[in-house]
Amino acid sequence: MEKWENNKAWFLILPVFIIVAFSAIIPLMTVVNYSVQDIFGPGQRVFVGTEWFEEVLSDKRLHDALWRQFLFSGLVLLIEIPLGILIALMMPKRGWGVSVCLVTLALPLLIPWNVIGTIWIIFTRPDIGLLGAAINSFGVAFDHTAAPMDAWITLILMEVWHWTPLVTLLAYAGLRAIPEAYYQAAKIDGASAWATFRYIQLPKMRGVLTIAVLLRFMDSFLIYAEPFVLTGGGPGNSTTFLSIYLVKIAVGQFDLGPAAAFSLVYFLVVLLFSWLFYQALQNVGKGREG
Amino acid sequence: MKKRTAVLIIYFALLLLPIYWMLNMSLRTNADILGAFSIYPGNPTLSNYIKIFTDESWYSGYINSIIYVSINTVISLLTALPAAYAFSRYHFIGDKHIFFWLLTNRMAPAAVFLLPFFQLYSTFDLIDTHIAVALAHCLFNVPLAVWILEGFMSGIPREIDETAYLDGYSFPRFFITLFLPLIRAGVGVTAFFCFMFSWVELLFARTLTTTNAKPIAATMTRTVSATGLDWGLLAAAGILTIVPGALVIWFVRNHLAKGFALGRV
Repeated sequence: MEKWENNKAWFLILPVFIIVAFSAIIPLMTVVNYSVQDIFGPGQRVFVGTEWFEEVLSDKRLHDALWRQFLFSGLVLLIEIPLGILIALMMPKRGWGVSVCLVTLALPLLIPWNVIGTIWIIFTRPDIGLLGAAINSFGVAFDHTAAPMDAWITLILMEVWHWTPLVTLLAYAGLRAIPEAYYQAAKIDGASAWATFRYIQLPKMRGVLTIAVLLRFMDSFLIYAEPFVLTGGGPGNSTTFLSIYLVKIAVGQFDLGPAAAFSLVYFLVVLLFSWLFYQALQNVGKGREG
Repeated sequence: MKKRTAVLIIYFALLLLPIYWMLNMSLRTNADILGAFSIYPGNPTLSNYIKIFTDESWYSGYINSIIYVSINTVISLLTALPAAYAFSRYHFIGDKHIFFWLLTNRMAPAAVFLLPFFQLYSTFDLIDTHIAVALAHCLFNVPLAVWILEGFMSGIPREIDETAYLDGYSFPRFFITLFLPLIRAGVGVTAFFCFMFSWVELLFARTLTTTNAKPIAATMTRTVSATGLDWGLLAAAGILTIVPGALVIWFVRNHLAKGFALGRV
């Protein structure tokens, strides 16, 4: 079915265009503006070319934050995507159980992000937290405010707890879209559960899994509020991720130039990796369907 | 089948455990929490909740949050509906580029836009108003709304539009009386996601407000930084931030199942 050729349709997207221009194009232009100028005060600015970019790109602490960020996003994706698919496969297909599952799964997604941090402080503190106290009672010292390793474990646990339901919901949506006839055919052929999953369910979930991987990558790469509340970037700098570092520079030190250059590099990294993921997932599917 | 159910029940128990723990804390006084470790509230008290409902600096945070989230959801839906229709029905110059460009806004780090937003809204004298936060949240909610709605609209056969136009319907009349009822579920799911992403966002909401429109999330972070913090009160405030979300899910749960079945969002 071909779409209708109609350039008047532009009028229909005009409202969206105006509102997004207001909230994206103008601010982005300001950021570009800052990134090539040194600002001393109102009306006093000097063009500095690529100086801020050079400064930012050679900043040792930014490199550390970047690697930390990749490690965090990588771990989160490796745990959440398989776990999410697994849970989705186990969910009931019909009946009252479906509503119960969906509502419970959606619950963590609707909690404000800083409250997520608060929940996990309360849950993992060694003195008042259930998890913290439980681990300590086994004789293992666990304190996310003191040991970097414990802070990382807590953050990963929190992120998995918070966002695996999104992967599950998406994977479940993909599974529900598979016609019953496919399963019957697989049954007749005597396919094992693994074969059914590998050759029917997984390829059919490609679309939603692409969305899941992209959303999870973007959001874990941009994470701010939860680690800010839970660890404040510490202990030391061990959980200072890119957003936390950026806000420190921009709002804490008010270094507008470097912060703007940093922002643009950050944005480009997210765009580049989202595009790579998108391409990779598209190509994987093509080879399999042929 | 039995094993599956058992695993599911364990998973859902683990999912609810941290929330239960906060509920437990919210029903105890601070002295009680710090004094003794207990898996359930021994002598439950509602004093934390009463404090929140009677202290204006606390409850106004909830009202502010609900106001800007509602404004944002309405703006997102109203602007996204015609745009999604255009993307699902028509070819026009630059359609694919615009669609992709909209989505890239979803990938922009919020921290990037922090300072420019502050300046922009200062210029228009909008700082510390509900509308400022609502507009800022449009950055990621409008593209998302267009994306989800486009999926639902593409599922409606185009013959319906053609027949309606042949019958002499004007575009607005067709859209409101015939088309909207067909994509009810989609509108529900979209509203759910707009509500969700605006409700959970903190960075913009905190930066663009000081007192009059300060969201509950910001009220809570300020309590955290104060000395001698009250865990019971903090937990009660946290529990109350879950309530609106839980209500929204409950109302759209049937639409949600349908929406997810379409494999969109």
